[in-house]
Amino acid sequence: MRIIETKEIIEVVAATVVEANIKAPDDVLETFNKAYAEESSPAGKEILGQLLENVKLAGETGLPLCQDTGLAVFFVELGTECKVQGDLYAAINEGVRQGYEKGFLRKSCCHPLTRKNTGDNTPAIIHLDLVPGDKLKFKFMAKGGGSENMSRATMLTPAQGWEGIKKFVVNRVAEAGPNPCPPTIVGVGIGGTFDHAPILAKKALFRPLNQKNSDPEIAAMEDELFAAINKLGIGPMGMGGNTTTLGVKIEMAPCHIASLPLAVNIQCHSARVKEVII
Amino acid sequence: MSQTVKLTTPLKDEDILKLKTGDKVLLSGKIYTARDAAHKRLLADLEAGKDSPFELKGSVIYYVGPSPAPPGRPIGSAGPTTSYRMDTYAPTLHSMGVKASIGKGKRGDAVKDALKEHKGVYFGATGGAGALLSQRIVSARVLAYEDLGPEAIRELEVKDFPLLVVNDSFGGELYAKLNV
Repeated sequence: MRIIETKEIIEVVAATVVEANIKAPDDVLETFNKAYAEESSPAGKEILGQLLENVKLAGETGLPLCQDTGLAVFFVELGTECKVQGDLYAAINEGVRQGYEKGFLRKSCCHPLTRKNTGDNTPAIIHLDLVPGDKLKFKFMAKGGGSENMSRATMLTPAQGWEGIKKFVVNRVAEAGPNPCPPTIVGVGIGGTFDHAPILAKKALFRPLNQKNSDPEIAAMEDELFAAINKLGIGPMGMGGNTTTLGVKIEMAPCHIASLPLAVNIQCHSARVKEVII
Repeated sequence: MSQTVKLTTPLKDEDILKLKTGDKVLLSGKIYTARDAAHKRLLADLEAGKDSPFELKGSVIYYVGPSPAPPGRPIGSAGPTTSYRMDTYAPTLHSMGVKASIGKGKRGDAVKDALKEHKGVYFGATGGAGALLSQRIVSARVLAYEDLGPEAIRELEVKDFPLLVVNDSFGGELYAKLNV
């Protein structure tokens, strides 16, 4: 049994939250460049140029890519052959606390009704999965509020099927329009239960942009939604053009014979995700 | 035909009337930050008869909650937040002399009507370009509601802050018509 000290977890989490907020992932940068080359609208192209410049400046200055450094969301995979010496949840929260303070990141976590800021961006949202092996994996996302607000979940009837799913997802992106900082990444969760579909949608957003679903049928659905959304003509920041989304990622799970749960989790162009393994 | 206009705050009616949807604006001077919690408190204070922490007449409000300033910089990242959440408050503020707001995303009809009635504009800045936009902010200081942290009202001095006119004072709308 491998023992992992909470001290190590705190350090790794603190470093991860800072780096994810400042450095755009390679797959996002690569997709930005491709979108810039292919954007048809001059205003949209100008916006994409600004976003590329922003990535460069954040790297040079150490300023976060976006002032909204998000709620801290973690998908944690804990190997069954390792043991955390101490409180895993407390260690993650301590790492978030230290990273957001030391990295000059904005604390955006507050009481839902009084709106009083918790002051240290905790508690983090933590999803924990047990997996085989002796590793501890953290998938971190700094999830901004503007794009998260444009997300939706619904319960379709089985009869609505793929056509119903497609209509709901495309309409949601259309209604969101310029609000969630397009070009967006669209996470779609299909199946499970009422609570599980949004988790699938969020999980989908961790998949690199250049990686399709390993199931060819689901990958084809991703392509179909990608084409339909980019035909909407919203464009970068709503300025028109052919780059409304950088990628559509679907995760699917079996569901009840009576149900068809569906969730759309919208991610802004600053897709700040980082994976780290202890 | 869109143009690039240089403007300095406070804004006057004649500044507003020359702006059309799609125009680029380089804004200089003092502007004031306020987002959700600050708007709520500001409107409650004004209703209770208290003075505004800044002169509303001719003012420009920037919907932003900046990240903390690292040593040697006036401000951290400072891009716009989504504007529709401030739609509840914007018409009242325009009726009290506010000339413009800066944000991202669509505005409701009541805001567009207020822009026409009170000669105002809604500017869009590039969402998510927080590191880039912070380079045009020369200085920043907290003016009011310090306890709100990132949501406190700040006075910013900006130099050639790059904006686009999204909604003008004539009912114009910049955002793309959708193919739905």
